[in-house]
Amino acid sequence: MVLPTNLKHVATEAELKQLLSEKENVMVCCGRMGPMCVPVYDIMEELQEEYSHVEFRDMLFDNPEAAVIRNLPECRGFMGLPFTVYYKNGKVVKATSSIQNHEQITSILDAEFQK
Amino acid sequence: MDKNHFDVIVLGAGPAGLTAGIYLGRAKANTLILDTGTAGGQMVLTYEIANYPGIENISGYQLSSVMKKQAKNFGCTIKTGVKIAQIELEPKQKIIRLSNGMVYTAPTIILATGGRSRMLNVPGEQKFKGRGISYCATCDGDFFQNKEIIVVGGGNSALEEAVSLTKYASKVTILHEFDHFQAFEHAVEQAKSNPKIDFIMESHVTGFYGDESLKKIKYKNLSTGDEKEMPIDGVFIFIGYEANTQSLANGPVKLNKRNEIMTDDNLQTNLEGVFAAGDCRAKWYRQVTTAVSDGTIAALNALNFI
Repeated sequence: MVLPTNLKHVATEAELKQLLSEKENVMVCCGRMGPMCVPVYDIMEELQEEYSHVEFRDMLFDNPEAAVIRNLPECRGFMGLPFTVYYKNGKVVKATSSIQNHEQITSILDAEFQK
Repeated sequence: MDKNHFDVIVLGAGPAGLTAGIYLGRAKANTLILDTGTAGGQMVLTYEIANYPGIENISGYQLSSVMKKQAKNFGCTIKTGVKIAQIELEPKQKIIRLSNGMVYTAPTIILATGGRSRMLNVPGEQKFKGRGISYCATCDGDFFQNKEIIVVGGGNSALEEAVSLTKYASKVTILHEFDHFQAFEHAVEQAKSNPKIDFIMESHVTGFYGDESLKKIKYKNLSTGDEKEMPIDGVFIFIGYEANTQSLANGPVKLNKRNEIMTDDNLQTNLEGVFAAGDCRAKWYRQVTTAVSDGTIAALNALNFI
């Protein structure tokens, strides 16, 4: 169960754990193909080249395995898709709810992962 | 030749801007498309497009991806996520200065900056976006199972979405600033006949409050001036669209009262070599098809100009 985007996907909790153990900087956007989520996937796709030191992934919100994102303490109180989580060395350093624009995303990437 | 000088600059990479790019690129005009957001504009936000002739069913995301690819394949340079610092629209030369110092020039420009959802712009709106405030019922409705919510607005979107949200919410209150609705009569009737829907008229939200999620709103009755509080789990805001013309405010391009760009039948503005296309210009109907039509007309007239 994955999203039909041009991004690389995370399909299972095990896949995410492996990715987090191997890569220092990871951004995962967990959503659906709705109007609040798609622009975020699109921005991530555009940023991949510029932020080559960051791994960009998406995950289908309705996939039962996405509980690994949905149930994060950092996502408590979130009531808007997508849930976007930024990991540094396997730890959550930032999480956002609902649509974010290009500037909001790059400011988080710059702050948490440097350029 | 200066690599930052183009035949045409298109501001905006929505369906109007990308279509203009396709026509300009195919005609071998050296074309730059700039967008402050992502390619596709509001089209990307459409879950399903079923009325685009020739394509039975497609998502806005897929259609915009194809349009972007077509524009690129015809030779357009597309830069998204840019910050525009200044726009100069002299008769012979149009100059776009970005905040990163880049400067682009062209004799012709097409303004296709599109539109965006209107926000209330009251305290707490940014803080609780995604934490109780939503602009998309389809996306976030299921977070509000058996909860009490408010829908702000009185147009077709607000009333139709309020009815659809009753699938999830235990109670939906429609809060609207006028004493009547702008929606079609059938949408009003549908909302009024739904037992889960209540109405607060002639009122507007003055603030959103809570801790890690939204807990209450304050609103003001516009006829009495009374301000009240209301505990609430969620608020959906559907108060229409506005043209993305902030960067043109107080400039030489003629705008109407709604800040939409005024054009003639050739989509030329009041300025020589400055055309406008899509949702940013003054017109009645705003569809992907009308944006595509605008992009075509603006591009062909821009080609005539150069």
